[in-house]
Amino acid sequence: MQLTQTTLAIAIVAALAAPTAFAETTTGNAIKDTLKPSANWEGSLIVEGIYFDSNKDEAAHEEGEEEHDHEHAHLPGFPSGGHDHGMREGLHTGHIEAVVSGNINDKLKARVTTGIMETEDEGLEMELEEAFVETQGLGKGVTVKAGRFFSDVGYLSSKHNHEWDFADNPLVYKGMFGGHTNDDGVQLSYVAPTQQFVQVGTELFKGDKFPAANSDDTVGAATVFAKTGGDIGTDHSWQAGIGHWRADSINDREGELHSHTRADGSIHAATPSFDGKSSINTVNATYKWAPNGNAQERNFKLQGEYFQRDESGKIDLVKPDGGLERTLDYDGKQDGFYVQGVYQFRPHWRVGLRHDQLDSDNTLTQANGKAATDHQVETTGLATEGHTPKRNTLMVDYTPREYSRLRLQFNEDKSTPETDQQVMLQYTHSFGSHGAHGF
Amino acid sequence: MKRFILAVSLLCSSALAHADLKIFACEPEWGSLAQALGGDKVSVYNATTGLQDPHHIEGRPSLIAQVRNADLLVCTGAELEIGWLPILLQKSGNAKVQEGQPGSFMAAQQVQLLDIPVKVERSDGDVHADGNPHIQTDPRRIAQVAKALAERMAQLDTANAAHYQQGYTNFNTRWQQALQGWANKAASLRSTPVVVHHKSWVYLQDWLGLKEVATLEPKPGIPPTTAHLTNVLQQLQTTPAKFVLHSAYENPRSAQWLSGKAGIPVVMLPSTVGGTPAATDLFTLFDDIIQRLTSVQG
Repeated sequence: MQLTQTTLAIAIVAALAAPTAFAETTTGNAIKDTLKPSANWEGSLIVEGIYFDSNKDEAAHEEGEEEHDHEHAHLPGFPSGGHDHGMREGLHTGHIEAVVSGNINDKLKARVTTGIMETEDEGLEMELEEAFVETQGLGKGVTVKAGRFFSDVGYLSSKHNHEWDFADNPLVYKGMFGGHTNDDGVQLSYVAPTQQFVQVGTELFKGDKFPAANSDDTVGAATVFAKTGGDIGTDHSWQAGIGHWRADSINDREGELHSHTRADGSIHAATPSFDGKSSINTVNATYKWAPNGNAQERNFKLQGEYFQRDESGKIDLVKPDGGLERTLDYDGKQDGFYVQGVYQFRPHWRVGLRHDQLDSDNTLTQANGKAATDHQVETTGLATEGHTPKRNTLMVDYTPREYSRLRLQFNEDKSTPETDQQVMLQYTHSFGSHGAHGF
Repeated sequence: MKRFILAVSLLCSSALAHADLKIFACEPEWGSLAQALGGDKVSVYNATTGLQDPHHIEGRPSLIAQVRNADLLVCTGAELEIGWLPILLQKSGNAKVQEGQPGSFMAAQQVQLLDIPVKVERSDGDVHADGNPHIQTDPRRIAQVAKALAERMAQLDTANAAHYQQGYTNFNTRWQQALQGWANKAASLRSTPVVVHHKSWVYLQDWLGLKEVATLEPKPGIPPTTAHLTNVLQQLQTTPAKFVLHSAYENPRSAQWLSGKAGIPVVMLPSTVGGTPAATDLFTLFDDIIQRLTSVQG
């Protein structure tokens, strides 16, 4: 590539020397295209600084609990979703994204996104969020993507942290998918040749990411999704989608270690391990308003998503020495939704409200056919303690230029029985050129 | 038998007549031009209106669907649509209209651009590396684009090549006449000093000989600030201007503030077709622009 560019540049310089050739070069675009050093290469860095304050941690410390282990990241009634690190308190750097993208050839593009974060113990945690190739202009409305990528099964599922309208993800995403909805696989999508936007797609994944785990099959998880959308006049636009995610052969999906001291002073410890299948249905809708279609001055965005999950199989309670304590039959139903509205009331200033709510109905049965005891349910990590997780959020952000943003957010977090008042101040800045975000 | 052949050939030709060239126009000026050149052989979808800022459009589902179905994309180019066109191309899965294909027509590539920057970086605001993309306010450049666009339409829809050639000839005859009329009416505007909101009128200035003495935006794409407006006001005491220009989609507050302080009138101009009720096509667009400019001059 470099060589062709150089050759072309030399050829153009030579052509410029000849007056007749110059007369034909009316626009000079060919020259500029050739001399543009990075026409084929884009890189950007998204840097986040965050201040987080939670009254719950203080309360926990005041009560003199021996160890604080971010238990609050766990949602009652929901199996624990892999590596969901709760937010650290105080002022620190947050989620950093490094993005590199470019054309491989005229039909193929590639993008790699790495998320970098410092953990509580000052170690670095890196996650390869996305690394995929994607076709562009394959024809007939077809697009193919392969590699590691965010699923398109829900509305927010394909969006990176910096595209969120709030500092944190809706609870239902944490509950259903843990951290991100990425996995290794292929995606095939098709846009129909209709006046109204209609897209259908399917994804085949390796199935290693929560709520899937360690599948025997080549395709461990799969999705199908459909989206449609359009405009109503120049002021209103909308999109609605449905999706289905499933994994049929989940093996040894480990939950969190349960540990407590018995009345006799001995310690009981076990880790739940799930084998079985899991499926998620989802619907989402988004509506946007901008007067005359000009979103710069004022605009409003309303979005909501509902997820419902069915899981069935068995949960082994595994002792620390690897021995099997007991096996429970598990039939789980969990659902949840969020609805949020963000209003840009003047240039650069937005205010947002969000409501999260989750619910679950899990049935655990012992081998003898009797219902599992409260303690057994607690050990599986699926106890609700009679609590329905909820959260209300208020956000105000200021975006002086499109690449820097300051956000203040308040959460009234009732995701656990103990209400947590959280305050977040988030600063996000992007460097370099970054592709436009989708609807 | 003869009758049968006639019937078949009539059917074929009517089928061809309905085989529209589907055109996706990024801005209404190009939609209007394509319609003028193609007539009933084309169907045109305008992605934006005269009241929208073409720098800032969202890649909405409706636009993806329209790009998916298009045979020809007619856009300004020169990075004007860089914030939204790439995502439409990516999501549409349409091979015909991708960059470099005959179905991708960029008007800015057909004319000489002005304001080509020496360097491009964020500290300079929204600078377009290829040059200023707002070429539609110079009717001489529109004539150049028209010729190239008619050729492109003929290349894509060879069955109707003669039709597009004829369309261009008709358009150009009327256009050259109109050009003469506008030039006569606007002769008195030559060398008039003006303040503009955004650098979107360099081609109009180039054509009519207006002199831009200041911009309300401190840097291209950066909204006017009080500090900058105060500087402009001071500057006007030594280099006065006759009026402040802003386009239909720009917030008039800054222009009105300066107008009040400096005692010069505000002129709102349609930057494209549909920007004002009078600007219904390319001809009435320039009629309206000249009318608004000359009437304020008195």
